[in-house]
Amino acid sequence: MIPLAFDYHAPRSVSEAISLLSSLGEDSKLLAGGHSLLPMMKLRFAQPSHLIDLGKITELRGISQVGNEIRIGATTTEHELLHSKLLAEKVPLLVEGAGLIADPQVRYKGTIGGDISHGDPGNDHPALMLALDASFVLQGAKGERVVKADGYFLGMYSTLLEPGEILTQIRVPIPAAGSGSAYQKLKRKTGDFATAATAVMLQMKGNTVAKVSIALTNVGPTPLKARAAEEALIGKQINDASLNEAARLAMSICEPMPDQRGDADYKRAMCGEMTRRALQTAHARASKA
Amino acid sequence: MAKTQTVSFKLNGKNVEAAVEPRELLIHTLRERLLHTGPHIGCETSHCGACTVDVDGMSVKSCTVLSVQCNGADMLTVEGLEQGGVLHAIQQAFHEEHGLQCGFCTPGMMTRVYRLLKENPNPTEQDIRYGIAGNLCRCTGYQNIVKAVQSAAKKLAATAPA
Repeated sequence: MIPLAFDYHAPRSVSEAISLLSSLGEDSKLLAGGHSLLPMMKLRFAQPSHLIDLGKITELRGISQVGNEIRIGATTTEHELLHSKLLAEKVPLLVEGAGLIADPQVRYKGTIGGDISHGDPGNDHPALMLALDASFVLQGAKGERVVKADGYFLGMYSTLLEPGEILTQIRVPIPAAGSGSAYQKLKRKTGDFATAATAVMLQMKGNTVAKVSIALTNVGPTPLKARAAEEALIGKQINDASLNEAARLAMSICEPMPDQRGDADYKRAMCGEMTRRALQTAHARASKA
Repeated sequence: MAKTQTVSFKLNGKNVEAAVEPRELLIHTLRERLLHTGPHIGCETSHCGACTVDVDGMSVKSCTVLSVQCNGADMLTVEGLEQGGVLHAIQQAFHEEHGLQCGFCTPGMMTRVYRLLKENPNPTEQDIRYGIAGNLCRCTGYQNIVKAVQSAAKKLAATAPA
């Protein structure tokens, strides 16, 4: 399986990449880790005439803290997220999520920016980004704009990213001290997409929920923010009754596509279970002060 | 047709060059142009790991990397493990522990283990199983592969400079 012929470009800077995008037009595609795009090109689901490889642009890579924010370059790999001491300390949810993505070889190549801007509802970072209330920096010929993760995902393979724009950076507010987080992902085997998965960020005040964010992977055309489930938990204790209600509300917004991972009812049920488990785990990790 | 490009990289310590179309996958350049047939073509869909090679300190599936992406890279395939007629500790350990049966997955498996042990010279069984999760073996049931990796880790530790 070999992709159709294309021309290859390897810019050294973001500005060079943006001018290539403008001059080559809509028949060009950005190449990051290539582990979604190249398989699609082999299958002829994507047939770009030009590939613009972001892999040689060093400014697009790396993880740093700026004030109360973690900034991650778009071509930072899953392997780098998984082994980042800064993330382990400040945003452990991202480390947990990266460790559940694909397999070691794919994690060396796959990038956080590619995972986000591909717009595949099976990808894991979109829900993680919703749970973390992240923002994305989009750069184009007309300059830079910063958009929220919430609202970025429009549909299957469709995001706010305009033709001519590059997602250059991911900005994650550092969760408050004492927050608990978890990503629970059901998959059939290593390397598979989630049958269902749930990301949770949780802040307790004493015994009750002060703040909670719940996002769902692969149970709709985009990642879903389970707002009703969040609202129902505020001020409640985490117990069987509140967990069941949150799971029920999360399941009620699912529109899973039946496929070889299961039918819609099964996937919806698994979303409920992942939601329950993610809340329990985040609760166990959160400080109860 | 897109223009061919010359890519050059270091392969098992030697500088090599190949003229390739941009769409050529690394596995084909290695096997068909550079005649390094150690890396195997299994699934061609980046699932099985039989095509694993080491590129700039990363285990990668060469069926899902373009050769043009590897210009200037430093690459190791299974052919580069043995040195001067002496098997690498990983190869010796796979031999002694029966870490292979049909052998199809073995070049990719050993190349992956090479990087795993560089990053984590003293892995737990769980580290090993997680670390080789991108390499499928349909013969061994993995048990003897895990033993081989444990044995290789001991061999490498014994020969490592103090």
